[in-house]
Amino acid sequence: MGPPPNERGPGMSETGDVAAARLSAADYGKNFGDVKPPLDRARALVEASRCHFCYDAPCIAACPTGIDIPGFIRKIGTDNVKGAAVTILEQNIFGGSCARVCPTEILCERACVRSAQEGKPVKIGALQRYATDDLLARGIQPFRRAAATGRRVAVVGAGPAGLACAHRLSMLGHDVAVFEAKTKPGGLNEYGIAAYKLTDDFAQREVAYVLSLGGIALSCGKALGRDIELAGLRRDYDAVFLGLGLGGVNALGLDGEAMKGVEDAVAYIERLRQAPDKAKLPVGRRVVVIGGGNTAIDAAVQSKRLGAEDVTIVYRRGPEQMSATAHEQEFAQTSGVGIKHWARPVAIVGRDGMLTEVRFEYTKLDPAGRLVGAGGGFALRADMLFKAIGQVFVPAPLGDGTAEPLRLSQGKIGVDAERRTSLSKVWAGGDCVAGGQDLTVSAVEDGKRAALSIDRALRKGA
Amino acid sequence: MADLRCSFAGIKSPNPFWLASAPPTDKEYNVVRAFKAGWGGAVWKTLGEAGPPVVNVTSRYGAIEVGGQRMVGFNNIELITDRPLEVNLREIKQVKRDWPDRALVVSLMVPCAEDAWKTILAVVEDTGCDGVELNFGCPHGMSERGMGSAVGQVPEYIEMVTRWCKQHTRMPVLVKLTPNVTNILGPARAARRGGADAVSLINTVNSITNVDLDRMAPMPTVDGKGTHGGYCGPAVKPIALFMVAEIARDPECAGMPISGIGGIATWRDAAEYLALGAGSVQVCTAAMHYGFKIVDDMIDGLGNWMDEKGHGDLSAIVGRAVPNLTDWQHLNLNYQLVARIDQAKCIKCGLCHIACEDTSHQAIRDIRADGQRRFEVIDAECVGCNLCMHACPVPGCIDMVEVKTGKPHLDWTRHPNNLLRKAAE
Ligand SMILES: Cc1cc2nc3c(=O)[nH]c(=O)nc-3n(C[C@H](O)[C@H](O)[C@H](O)COP(=O)(O)OP(=O)(O)OC[C@H]3O[C@@H](n4cnc5c(N)ncnc54)[C@H](O)[C@@H]3O)c2cc1C
Ligand SMILES: Cc1cc2nc3c(=O)[nH]c(=O)nc-3n(C[C@H](O)[C@H](O)[C@H](O)COP(=O)(O)O)c2cc1C
Ligand code: SF4
Ligand code: SF4
Ligand code: SF4
Repeated sequence: MGPPPNERGPGMSETGDVAAARLSAADYGKNFGDVKPPLDRARALVEASRCHFCYDAPCIAACPTGIDIPGFIRKIGTDNVKGAAVTILEQNIFGGSCARVCPTEILCERACVRSAQEGKPVKIGALQRYATDDLLARGIQPFRRAAATGRRVAVVGAGPAGLACAHRLSMLGHDVAVFEAKTKPGGLNEYGIAAYKLTDDFAQREVAYVLSLGGIALSCGKALGRDIELAGLRRDYDAVFLGLGLGGVNALGLDGEAMKGVEDAVAYIERLRQAPDKAKLPVGRRVVVIGGGNTAIDAAVQSKRLGAEDVTIVYRRGPEQMSATAHEQEFAQTSGVGIKHWARPVAIVGRDGMLTEVRFEYTKLDPAGRLVGAGGGFALRADMLFKAIGQVFVPAPLGDGTAEPLRLSQGKIGVDAERRTSLSKVWAGGDCVAGGQDLTVSAVEDGKRAALSIDRALRKGA
Repeated sequence: MADLRCSFAGIKSPNPFWLASAPPTDKEYNVVRAFKAGWGGAVWKTLGEAGPPVVNVTSRYGAIEVGGQRMVGFNNIELITDRPLEVNLREIKQVKRDWPDRALVVSLMVPCAEDAWKTILAVVEDTGCDGVELNFGCPHGMSERGMGSAVGQVPEYIEMVTRWCKQHTRMPVLVKLTPNVTNILGPARAARRGGADAVSLINTVNSITNVDLDRMAPMPTVDGKGTHGGYCGPAVKPIALFMVAEIARDPECAGMPISGIGGIATWRDAAEYLALGAGSVQVCTAAMHYGFKIVDDMIDGLGNWMDEKGHGDLSAIVGRAVPNLTDWQHLNLNYQLVARIDQAKCIKCGLCHIACEDTSHQAIRDIRADGQRRFEVIDAECVGCNLCMHACPVPGCIDMVEVKTGKPHLDWTRHPNNLLRKAAE
């Protein structure tokens, strides 16, 4: 991937080696290009022919948005690619990004009967990309808005949950106003997902495609709790959907977290995603990542791809407990990232305010199943430390002083099966609600379900 | 290893695998390559009269693809050889001289006049070839000129031309039949009456393989137009097998050798033809798809299978399945099969269920328990039709097993529901 590390001689400073431009331009291009290149027609047809067209297919049940998978694959097989794309998008308007970012190995492809038959599922994700890319490239918007209802709905957050909700509401004839705090829409598709999964500005192209339906007014730079208030939205609109995502991150709770070189993984990834030239992004020579989820994997692999020499993920439990899938863990390892299990950080060490080392103690489960120190430990020299130990919901923007506050559950917004919150006229979905899977695809399903529920409520009230 | 030597209507070949008259046999170059690869014989691409050769169009073949499998069905609008007669004759003579142990039969098609046949037979006999095959089968192009299937569809013409040929040559005469008839026995019996030494079948089936939906023209398309062609390849095998078997079990054709043709691509296909009465087999499409090397497995596979079954030579298998071919009315109505699903092999795709549920007898239950899918046959509803077994994508997962009814053999001729039944003796 990068130039051989031995090119950097002993003369290099021993710590604090955080530098940009570690690689050649060609290497950056390669490292941040499409991690899974698209199928061409010939490959798509071969793959499509592997689908048995199962009855009441198990893969459909395993897709959070319930896409008719055998239905769309059969259409690919007959060169009805537009029909295939519509079959996908009518259940999941973010079918294009889901095709790229879904952990299919724990979703549809895990349920595919071809796994039982020959240990190799149909490549549903790749076929989904083949179909949706075609429609996006041709700029065909297959959906029409129903007759105008005259109802207005406010959506807060232009991530997958918010925009999926907005799209469905607009299709159903409602006018939608979307408020987004950041300067660009897309949520984590734009700011969080690993760069090599969504290349070529795909997040923005997809959002533009979703909005091309019409009936959705997007206002960026408008934050709930700063520029707009929930009470006002409830007053001015017929319904409100909250798709706020997770605004905060967990802290390690150690001294030295403010030291130079210690970074929040999500914030770093956001900078990386927004950097037009990856060569300008400084990265440590030795990187340590703490955490066990996809964010940890993504921070580690992307550091490696930026040219870091040693990248180690340290997780306090075993591989089975990591929320990153086995496939993701393997991907990290084949990308040259080391993973250490059963250890947790106990001290961040630096010199002159600059990180030099992270110290860990071994961990184990005590007889009661609690995580405890196991005695002994190790230290890792580090130029950069990424914290990736979980994101948290920040409820502050909701606190608008209304008499009835929004009920939280496990620190997130509590919703019922239709994604209704405890407040009348307010729905919520995506990462910000309790009990979710924290995946793009489940955010889309939440948005869709909420839209259908809002539609029912508005029609009843009409 | 079993003895694969073949003696067909007096023509000898080291194995029963011949190339059918078609592009693979149109030139010395091709036929020599085929013989080097191991083919037992070849029927030279059909020759026409002396004089200016026929002219072919470009864009000549159409094909059907099924689920990624290419050339499941193949069609062509080519004519007979488009090379001068003298060139073909010279090459045939050379090949026969160089490969004396291989069967070399020459296919012929000339206008329906005795002189025309007499003339060509004389020059062909001079090549030293082993026999002739009368092409009464080509269904396109030549038939518009009163030849090929235009002859093959009229039994009287078949008989007449065959008789002429038998009079004017000492060589064995094979008559190649067209399947584009309502009853193959008419042409087959006519050939026999005319004195044919053997029949070969099938030639290609009238067909249009596809339509170019942009140009709104049948394919293969020649400058915006298309014409029907001749269909062959794996898709025609069932049609051809039926016709071969019909002749094999016809008392009027008894003893007449049959060269089986149509969709043969493997030793197993060939063995099926032999079992239903073919004495040799001919191959075209499979060779055009994969090249001549396929004969290696045909020879090897047939030999290994014969060894395993203890069949010493071809006579042990030719026609062996014919006695088991009967009319529907003689099938045992008291024979009962039921579908059995091997749950260990089942991948829970549900295709058996939906096939039976939507289109048959609602005999496979769709069970959901503990988040698991399971499909079970309801024996009492299963009529033993085999549909689920064919729909199941896992080989060997659904078996059709016999249910002992304890009832005696009962066919339609004696069934109580048959008002015309024969009284029981
Ligand atoms: C590093 C990383 C990698 C990931 N990789 C994957 C992956 O590979 N596959 C996968 O399926 N999932 C992945 N996820 C999870 C996935 O990105 C999320 O589940 C998904 O984006 C959730 O969508 P959402 O709409 O609920 O929230 P978000 O995408 O977070 O969108 C919320 C939006 O609301 C806006 N917002 C927040 N507060 C306010 C406010 N007060 N006012 C106005 N707007 C506001 C935000 O700016 C944002 O645009 C990843 C997550 C991270 C962090
Ligand atoms: C391109 C092509 C040309 C053919 N030309 C002739 C021919 O000149 N004479 C003939 O008797 N049969 C001809 N046939 C028919 C084949 O000999 C054979 O009967 C038929 O293709 C069925 O066998 P298969 O399924 O193995 O191809 C031709 C077939 C093809 C595909
Ligand atoms: S489970 Fe697999 S084979 Fe069956 S329909 Fe779904 S993708 Fe096709
Ligand atoms: S054999 Fe026919 S009737 Fe019986 S279960 Fe199978 S499909 Fe149904
Ligand atoms: S078709 Fe075969 S594999 Fe599929 S559910 Fe039925 S028995 Fe099982």
